[in-house]
Amino acid sequence: MSLLTVEGLGKSYTADKQILKNINFEIKAGEFVSIIGPSGAGKSTMLRCINRMVEFNEGNILFNQQDVGSLNKKGLRKLRTNIGMVFQHYNLVPRLTVIENVLHGRFGYKTTFQGLLGRYTEEEKERAFYLLEKLGIHEHAYKRCDQLSGGQQQRVGICRALIQEPKLVLCDEPIASLDPNSSKIIMDHLKSISTEMGITCLVNLHQVEVAQHYSDRIIGLNNGEIVFNGTAYELTQEKINHIYGTKTKDLIIA
Amino acid sequence: MNEKTMRKHRWQSGIFLLILIVLTYLSSAITTFNFMEGMATIPEAMGWIFSNLLVSQESFEKLPKILEKLAETIFMSIAATTIAAVVSLFLGVLGSNTTKVNNFLSVFARFIASVSRNIPVVAWSLILLISFGQNSVTGFLALFAGTVGFLTRAFIESIDEASQSSVEALTATGATYFQIVGKAVIPQCLPQMISWVLFMVETNIRNATLVGILTGTGIGYTFDMYYKMLNYNVVALITLCIVITVIIVDLISNYVRKVIL
Ligand SMILES: Nc1ncnc2c1ncn2[C@@H]1O[C@H](COP(=O)(O)OP(=O)(O)OP(=O)(O)O)[C@@H](O)[C@H]1O
Ligand SMILES: [Mg+2]
Repeated sequence: MSLLTVEGLGKSYTADKQILKNINFEIKAGEFVSIIGPSGAGKSTMLRCINRMVEFNEGNILFNQQDVGSLNKKGLRKLRTNIGMVFQHYNLVPRLTVIENVLHGRFGYKTTFQGLLGRYTEEEKERAFYLLEKLGIHEHAYKRCDQLSGGQQQRVGICRALIQEPKLVLCDEPIASLDPNSSKIIMDHLKSISTEMGITCLVNLHQVEVAQHYSDRIIGLNNGEIVFNGTAYELTQEKINHIYGTKTKDLIIA
Repeated sequence: MNEKTMRKHRWQSGIFLLILIVLTYLSSAITTFNFMEGMATIPEAMGWIFSNLLVSQESFEKLPKILEKLAETIFMSIAATTIAAVVSLFLGVLGSNTTKVNNFLSVFARFIASVSRNIPVVAWSLILLISFGQNSVTGFLALFAGTVGFLTRAFIESIDEASQSSVEALTATGATYFQIVGKAVIPQCLPQMISWVLFMVETNIRNATLVGILTGTGIGYTFDMYYKMLNYNVVALITLCIVITVIIVDLISNYVRKVIL
């Protein structure tokens, strides 16, 4: 059964340039899907249309049988609690502690007042520590986030997304600022989220090999259009060249 | 930086210096200010300062009164600054691009800040003097009006710089506006904001003397009074007190800054 259905999605920031054109795809619950494509292809824009961090102009997005485009403010907030998000630059509050940052993921379930007073239930706190332990950073729970390495901060970011108890996690280049070692740790954790917890993952990536290694399915985006949608197996060198719009030879010459 | 750009730099600073000299010459020609004559009066002026601006024994009798006025001035500066800080916090949140509610309020907040900041505190004193007359409310309002603009501007910049990414992340979790501002933006920016408020307290204690002269309140008024009575010994004592106060406030705020940042 599909968790996410995107039909005829179109987006333009300015009248003269169409960033996304007639995007159609489906994602099944529990799938791990990567989106690859050259810089400026519209990967980040497409990801942000799904939780309406960016408002789209055309088409429909159905999440869990819900029409995302027609949600009012309250409905949108409810939708966002069900969709976690992980960012390239982690997007934590650097001066606050790890545990505070993780618990921020619960705001969507609270009234403004509860959130402002920092009222968290025992279960929420236990869950936060459980997640930190699962990602191997529980010993840093009371450190300020700006004292952590990039890889550790990204794990805090993942914990913040997971404590939302999301059905879907959107990751916008989660490993683009990390070294190969930390990248592997992060990708392994994201993979285990989908296999163990059954949470669907939609990940923007720059490294084709990483996408091939981890994904159930890969979507190739070029110039705002889907030019590939298939398994890692089906992603031949020819298809890769097509997605990136160049031959490797051209890249070297340029 | 390679050699070519360095040579270009040297060229640029040479031209800059030349323009500066020409401008100085032109402006002194226009205002008939004779640089040499001006320089020549310096030794004499220094001599006058050292022979007249002396703290004498009898001027110390006035010390309790001076300290009382000084305290009044300090408290007025602190009150004006902190109240301005609270107002600026709201204006800053409204004006910042990352936390604005809508464009209208953002432009409105920036407009208020710009008006307040671009009118010098001396002008504020004189403007308010017309409507409020010579009393301490006028001095307070003048400092307040000048401070709101500066702090709003500083707060907007702190917020924009520090919190765009976490605002995005928390919006994506479904957090409400006030949760985001209260639990992400303000915790992140607070030390920076306090630092600006301390800076403004220092500045305002200094400004308060000038504002006091104009509006007839606080230590500025005392200074003005003895100055007009040609009692330079007391004037010297007041100046000394102000200088010591400013240094102490400076030390305190540096210490606080070190602790919070
Ligand atoms: N807020 C915005 N306003 C106007 N144009 C934008 C905005 N955000 C993105 N764009 C434009 O949309 C296009 C796609 O941007 P997007 O960030 O989605 O690309 P991307 O595939 O994520 O690229 P990258 O791999 O570099 O992150 C770019 O041409 C960009 O200039
Ligand atoms: Mg991007």
